[in-house]
Amino acid sequence: MSKTYHLTTPLSDEDVVQLKVGDIVYLSGIIYTARDAAHKKLIDLMDEGKELPFDVKGSVIYFVGPTPPKPGDPIGSAGPTTSYRMDSYSPRLINEMGQKGMIGKGKRNQEVIDACVKSKAIYFGATGGAGALLARQIKSAEVIAYPELGPEAIRRLEVVDFPLTVVNDTYGDDLYKIGRAKYEIKD
Amino acid sequence: MREIKYEDIVKAVRDHIIYSGTNLSKDALAALNKAYEEEESPVCKEVLKQLLENADIAANEARPLCQDTGLAVFFVKVGEDLKVIGGTLKDAINEGTRKGYEEGYFRASTCVWNTRANLKDEIGYNLPAIIHFDLVAGDELEIEYAAKGGGSENVSRATVLPPAAGREGIVNFVKEVVSNAGPNPCPPIIVGVGIGGTFEKAAISSKHALFRTVGTTNEDATLEDMEEELMLKLNNLGIGAMGMGGRETVLGVHIEANPCHIASLPVSVNVQCHSSRHTSFKL
Repeated sequence: MSKTYHLTTPLSDEDVVQLKVGDIVYLSGIIYTARDAAHKKLIDLMDEGKELPFDVKGSVIYFVGPTPPKPGDPIGSAGPTTSYRMDSYSPRLINEMGQKGMIGKGKRNQEVIDACVKSKAIYFGATGGAGALLARQIKSAEVIAYPELGPEAIRRLEVVDFPLTVVNDTYGDDLYKIGRAKYEIKD
Repeated sequence: MREIKYEDIVKAVRDHIIYSGTNLSKDALAALNKAYEEEESPVCKEVLKQLLENADIAANEARPLCQDTGLAVFFVKVGEDLKVIGGTLKDAINEGTRKGYEEGYFRASTCVWNTRANLKDEIGYNLPAIIHFDLVAGDELEIEYAAKGGGSENVSRATVLPPAAGREGIVNFVKEVVSNAGPNPCPPIIVGVGIGGTFEKAAISSKHALFRTVGTTNEDATLEDMEEELMLKLNNLGIGAMGMGGRETVLGVHIEANPCHIASLPVSVNVQCHSSRHTSFKL
């Protein structure tokens, strides 16, 4: 039976080890946006031994490229993008920099799942295509790096009760496999 | 020869893009409601509830349903007795696309294939549109439009089967594509299948199949039967809304078939996410 948690960033080991696949998490606090283009730049900075544009330790990164905000709004529609494009980058941020959470949609590879176990991190799923609904939980947004990337720039978001489901936990489980096996009917 | 003004086409395209990007099409909404009612999996039911709420918020506040406002795809039937005054038809559709995406606060998602630089700064907002023209008899202009997101396009596949593979080979290929896609294309999905023609004809047919109203049956009895079989088999995969495990994986299977070469059986599967933003209009 899945449980419901209310958590605030930055996340600690204690925060994440209690979570199991299928649990619901309402996340509040500061999170950062990045898609593949921004991830590549972060990894390049790590390779050069330079400082990253935000403190990755305990952080949650949201894979999103929002629509432009309407006048007076902090952000436009902002649902998750497909996460596998970040698979080649996420393990290093988790294992070497202490990232604790990722928000996206869709399958991750074994390296990401292994990093979640080894360094205690969580892959959260948000509802793809619910961009208008999810934007309501974002109270402020500020571009902090790579404005030239447009929708793919790194933004600092302040979120309140952002609705998430645990897809990959710190025990190596995968909701996509477990959930599907439960409902699959073989020919 | 009937005349139609360039700026009338621009305005119609702009308005339809903004409306369909913020108001989920009635057929997709009805299909999502049905999926919500019938879903047994609690986690997927919650996802479907969020999607219905999202559609409400987007319509009431004129916000994009999804941040991936897609590439603009058009199927255009041009009457041979129709003349556009003040510009070309292609320019009018592109200009309407630019205005729709920019004035609707939609995302510019078109980039250069290798540098990945956003084309917004070079040739305009989310241009060029993907336009398929067809010349027809008469003096009407019929435009079908859909916004096509990247996540569902990324899992789409085409192949050319040996003719001996037949119907069973087609069904197995579609099942394989949807099974491998899993949660990635934002299920519950609509599955467009193009059969026959040449390699590219099958692909274009699978795209056009997505423009059909969800919930309608195929006019061809053989294809209708295949669609029913596929609906059952694809829902049995257990993928569910956003891939979290459930019964409602597919909102519709739409097949378009064409005659093909005696040596070939081309098949294409084009996947559309649950946010099926499409419309059609005549001018």
